[in-house]
Amino acid sequence: MNETPIYTEYHPRWYRRRVSTYWWLERSSYLLFILRELSSAFIAWFVVFTLLGIRAVKLGPDSYQAYLNWAASPFLIIVNLVTLFFVVLHAATWFNLAPKAMVVHWRGRKVPGEWIAYANYGAWAVASLVIALILLI
Amino acid sequence: MADTISLQVIRYRPESETEPTTQEYTVPFRKEWVVLDALNYIKDQIDGTLSFRWSCRMGICGSCGMMVNGEPKLTCATFLADYAPNPVRVEPLTNFPIVRDLVIEMSDFMRKLPRVKPWIVRDQEKPLSEGEYRQTPEELDEYKQYSMCINCLLCYAACPVYGLDPHFMGPAAIALAQRYNLDTRDEGSKERMEELSQHEGIWGCTFVGECTAVCPKHVDPAGAIQRYKLSAAMDWFKSFLMPWGKK
Amino acid sequence: MAKRTIEPLLWTLFSAGGVIAALFIPIQLLLFGVVFPLGLAEAPSRERMLGLIGHPLTRLYLFVMCTMALLHAAHRFRFTLYDGLQIKHLNELINLFCYGGAIVLSIWTLVLLWHIP
Ligand code: SF4
Ligand code: FES
Repeated sequence: MNETPIYTEYHPRWYRRRVSTYWWLERSSYLLFILRELSSAFIAWFVVFTLLGIRAVKLGPDSYQAYLNWAASPFLIIVNLVTLFFVVLHAATWFNLAPKAMVVHWRGRKVPGEWIAYANYGAWAVASLVIALILLI
Repeated sequence: MADTISLQVIRYRPESETEPTTQEYTVPFRKEWVVLDALNYIKDQIDGTLSFRWSCRMGICGSCGMMVNGEPKLTCATFLADYAPNPVRVEPLTNFPIVRDLVIEMSDFMRKLPRVKPWIVRDQEKPLSEGEYRQTPEELDEYKQYSMCINCLLCYAACPVYGLDPHFMGPAAIALAQRYNLDTRDEGSKERMEELSQHEGIWGCTFVGECTAVCPKHVDPAGAIQRYKLSAAMDWFKSFLMPWGKK
Repeated sequence: MAKRTIEPLLWTLFSAGGVIAALFIPIQLLLFGVVFPLGLAEAPSRERMLGLIGHPLTRLYLFVMCTMALLHAAHRFRFTLYDGLQIKHLNELINLFCYGGAIVLSIWTLVLLWHIP
């Protein structure tokens, strides 16, 4: 076996490229993806923020007022505005992608994906309206 | 419009180089030329040592996939005119080892593909005398989209999950598994599920969605994987709630 | 089935939590994080809030919303850590941090809601 097996399957001189740690900066679609995934951290923050609110309500009028004041501090408003951006990003991307996983058949026909997305947006609007009415009236 | 265009082509000659380098070629610009035409011009007229794969020149064989300005593309379907007058950068598909120049090593995919059994699996073949397996146009429509795959591997080049974890089964293989699962003649979905319900199967996918964006055949592998997850989850709950129902 | 994994369960929780988070969180955050603090509308009084949260249905809603959103976030954040930072080898630690965190916060949710008068 004197032949140098240059093109065999296990040729050791393949060049392997490594994925950069910052691969998600390489393409705008990757960046959007990683932002979408990062929304998870902001959802967790929202839950903590809400739980603190519930605790304040439970503890009494003073702590509830303190909670409201805390939420009105500039720092917290900025944090929550950023969180709002991510939460809406989550909702929009979620509803847009939902039809991909769910293929709905109705009377033996595939329901077009857009309809499913619209139904999702509709449900979003209704849920938001109901919650807003409960809290504002 | 200028009558030439420059091509920045990645070269890798394993016998003399340890790392890929870039070589620039100037080729005539014709508005009906695709990137592959320019590469063939280089090979025929300028530098016969340049290596790349191609065959059909019509988006069917799936062998001419390369990165064109950073995007995975079929070079036989990517027009120079879309990039002119700027130079065009041609690289081998990412996420695969480079064998030479623009040629990638794809045996990883070739080994994965048969694991999902991309053929019709029957528990019992019908005897020939009973005739063919018939299918309505609606039944065909269920899987037709997934059957258009030409194994060009653009989706693997676009998939960061595959880049990060080469054990991941990858978009095209899962879409092809789904193609047979949705075929009314097939009975192999259980066997495929066993292979694909592993972490390296469907669960590694984080739905980046780029595979679908780059697929030249509109196969939508990302959608196939999400559908697969849904049915895998339902299977899981069924076998959990009704363990006696399993064969 | 050959090997049993709990990925399907985690994914189902992730998906259900994703739907719930997408439907309900934006409006609540808009109100409590932006509209009330900026004084664009009056925040509900403490009595009103107590009445609301005290209702069994609201409690159930809050519990489901919080735990599901947490499990959703944990699952997604786990994969973000895997891929974004390429630290899959810290698998166990990441899982402990993500799912453990979600479980601890869920228990806190339960305790809080339990003690609402
Ligand atoms: S799914 Fe599309 S991109 Fe992937 S190999 Fe098949 S044809 Fe190519
Ligand atoms: S040469 Fe066959 S697909 Fe491009």
